[in-house]
Amino acid sequence: MAIQDAAPVRLNTRPAALTFLYHPTVRAIAFQTILAVAIVVFVIWIADNTIDNLRRANIASGFGFLSNRAGFDISQTLVSYSSDSTYGRALLVGFLNTLLVAAIGIVLASILGFLVGIARLSKNWLLAKVATVYVEIFRNIPLLLQLLFWYKAVLSVLPSPRQGVELPFGANLSNRGLIVPRPLVGDTLYLTGLAILIGIAVTVWVAIWAHRRQMATGQQFPTLRLGLAAIVGLPLVIFIVTGAPLGFEIPALQGFNFVGGVQIKPEFLALILGISLYTATFISEIVRAGILAVSHGQTEASYSLGLRATPTLRLVVIPQAMRIIIPPLTSQYLNLTKNSSLAVAIGYPDLVAVFSGTVLNQTGQAVEVIFITMLIYLSLSLVTALFMNWFNKRVALVER
Amino acid sequence: MTTAAENLLYVRREEEPILPPPGRQTGAVGWMRANLFSSATNTVLTLLALALILWIVPPIIRWAFTNAVWSGSDREACLTAPDAACWAFVKARFGQFMYGRYPLDERWRVTLTGILLVIGVVPMAIPRVPYKRETVIYLLTAFPIIALILLTGGHFHISLTLYGTIVALGCLGTGLAAISAAERSPMLGGFVAPAAVLLAIVASIAGLVIRGEAGSAIAGVSTVIVIACAAIAFVAGIVAIMLGGGGWRPLVLVWAGVAAALLLCLLLSIDFGLEPVETSLWGGLLVTLVVAIVGIVASLPLGILLALGRRSRLPVVRICSVGFIEFVRGVPLITVLFMASVMLPLFLPPGVNFDKLLRALIGVALFSAAYMAEVVRGGLQAIPKGQYEAAMAMGLGYPAMMRLVILPQALKIVIPGIVNSFISLFKDTSLVLIIGIFDLLGIVQLGFADSNWAAPNTPATGYAFAALLYWVFCFSMSRYSIFMERRLNTGHKR
Repeated sequence: MAIQDAAPVRLNTRPAALTFLYHPTVRAIAFQTILAVAIVVFVIWIADNTIDNLRRANIASGFGFLSNRAGFDISQTLVSYSSDSTYGRALLVGFLNTLLVAAIGIVLASILGFLVGIARLSKNWLLAKVATVYVEIFRNIPLLLQLLFWYKAVLSVLPSPRQGVELPFGANLSNRGLIVPRPLVGDTLYLTGLAILIGIAVTVWVAIWAHRRQMATGQQFPTLRLGLAAIVGLPLVIFIVTGAPLGFEIPALQGFNFVGGVQIKPEFLALILGISLYTATFISEIVRAGILAVSHGQTEASYSLGLRATPTLRLVVIPQAMRIIIPPLTSQYLNLTKNSSLAVAIGYPDLVAVFSGTVLNQTGQAVEVIFITMLIYLSLSLVTALFMNWFNKRVALVER
Repeated sequence: MTTAAENLLYVRREEEPILPPPGRQTGAVGWMRANLFSSATNTVLTLLALALILWIVPPIIRWAFTNAVWSGSDREACLTAPDAACWAFVKARFGQFMYGRYPLDERWRVTLTGILLVIGVVPMAIPRVPYKRETVIYLLTAFPIIALILLTGGHFHISLTLYGTIVALGCLGTGLAAISAAERSPMLGGFVAPAAVLLAIVASIAGLVIRGEAGSAIAGVSTVIVIACAAIAFVAGIVAIMLGGGGWRPLVLVWAGVAAALLLCLLLSIDFGLEPVETSLWGGLLVTLVVAIVGIVASLPLGILLALGRRSRLPVVRICSVGFIEFVRGVPLITVLFMASVMLPLFLPPGVNFDKLLRALIGVALFSAAYMAEVVRGGLQAIPKGQYEAAMAMGLGYPAMMRLVILPQALKIVIPGIVNSFISLFKDTSLVLIIGIFDLLGIVQLGFADSNWAAPNTPATGYAFAALLYWVFCFSMSRYSIFMERRLNTGHKR
């Protein structure tokens, strides 16, 4: 019979000691132990080499250098700083400069990005095409190249202040940067500020009240108009009543340079310009994708319920699109913050330029300096990510 | 018989000729009415857009074409039209922009490498061309070796220690392979061979880590121990497998790997008569492409490993992967490059010196590996759980499941994502100029820093040229990614 001719089935006769080797838990523990040992050995080896190398090169270690005298100047500072300040102070100055660029860049890039994203979806053919061309050009050129272009090829070759480009309100664009009038704050201006705050408070309160009333009775209340009146109208009245306590110091040309006014350095200008124009292209793509992802049925359903175009956009499309937009938008904001480190190439004194550049060169303490720099960027990323996750959770779809 | 309808006189009998649509709704006029002037807002927007175009485009055309300087040999030519582009500068420096300071007589080597690359990449990119597997093998094995030898000149000095290390690793591999034969010869395969391998690893770690006076003594001893252990592992492994009666496959694999490594070392050390060119002389588009391609090729396997690690059940593996990925993604590339250029030499034993370009390459590869890991993770998450379960039900182990079932599907899904991260890596390569490597952007800057070409319009011209090159590369890749996305999407769309 065929069955008897077949070779005898070889049973799995592994010795007991070896089945142990094939046990999933044993394997898992073994793999992880090997990995952990390998990493620990690698780290020890690196640390050992580093200590050895630093000793040979006679480089101090530790974070004591942060309280030493820096001895170099920084061209743009938000807090008081002089060459007698400490390295720690220089770190703070650089960090604040990074935050400044990131904050302004995020605001400008968001505005431009949302506008362009919506423009690309416009029914107006010309507008959509202009927006597309802008996005495709600026997205596909390295940011560093754009920064250098704005700085070295546009702003640096502008004429001197004497022949600079005259802008409205006495502003002037020249190779010294942008000079704008400096606001002169009068004594009673705080009243106007107070009025703005009161206006905001009133508007918020009215909005909550109107929403509740609408939920209960269905009656609508013109919150928007009242809000405008409270936030813009009231302060305006107060401002005029108190005698317009705000003047402007118009920059005046004296000799070869301007006196008065606020000078915005070309480095800063180039960085803001480059980083906003570049990031806005990515934001516009995110916005476009987000709006397109809201299905057309939602709009149609909204119309059939009797909502007009504006309420449809405000109440139906945008809330749903925001859910899709926010997570990638967060990562673009983080990218912008990290990209602001390219300031080092055009000499804007941000965290990397001041700390990983000048301080590193002066002290030679590469390990500590780069460690601190990375730590700061990491915590910035972490804080933004946590905040945006919280925000995202608020607007996220609540499922089942 | 006539029906009632035919008797009714007011019912039309013959069809009315079809009228043409009203002139305002067809042709250019109709199109414009529909797309440009459909409402008051739309008209305003159209006029605004038109104003923007008129404000921006004519000056650019005047700058780049009508007023531009097209020929000349130095700055004097550029100064004739300081408000327009000076393409003479780009013409004069074109060779440098492509090759950097690569010796003139040796530039054919770079060109040849480029041609070899195109020969591999073009058939790879066109879906219809057959022999994909062969092309991949060419691109990942033959091409890198040929490119390395052509670009550097080959003739590397490879120490005997390296050959010895490779052979010793082979011997230890034999010892590990013997474990599979352990059921027949428990003594040799199950105990002697693994013990020898373990001892060799411990000895080499001790030799690496312990320093100072005790270190030099231990280093000698550890070398002896490693050699002895390797010999024991080799003999024990062979005998165990012979006694076990077969199971030569792992052994063949190990020694095939050893042979390949030895062959590679041998190839790299052969003198082909090419003049050596140091990497400090490389520059321009050459460096940009080298950094981008090496970065992407090195980051892909690393990224896959990290992505698998991030989704692993094993906590240590997962924590290490997540830690690495989030750390790298949380810091700017420039700090990673600073780290690679300033700190990497500190991490290595004294005397070991690294090429500057190689250091940048390591930084770029590690950086893009973290981003690649996230791309691959997206693909892994998109594979339905049923696929994993089916693979496990078929009795596949983890490596086989990943290699045969999951990764082929996951990687196919993320091809557009990989191309996108290649685009961003390509743009990011420009950052290497900050650590003093003359890539395309760096060499352009070097060009107009030259006093021969110091004119107010050369920076803008140089940047415009570099921007155009970067743009052509990135834009065509992004179009390709969209094309692949459409191709891969068929069947999934409702």
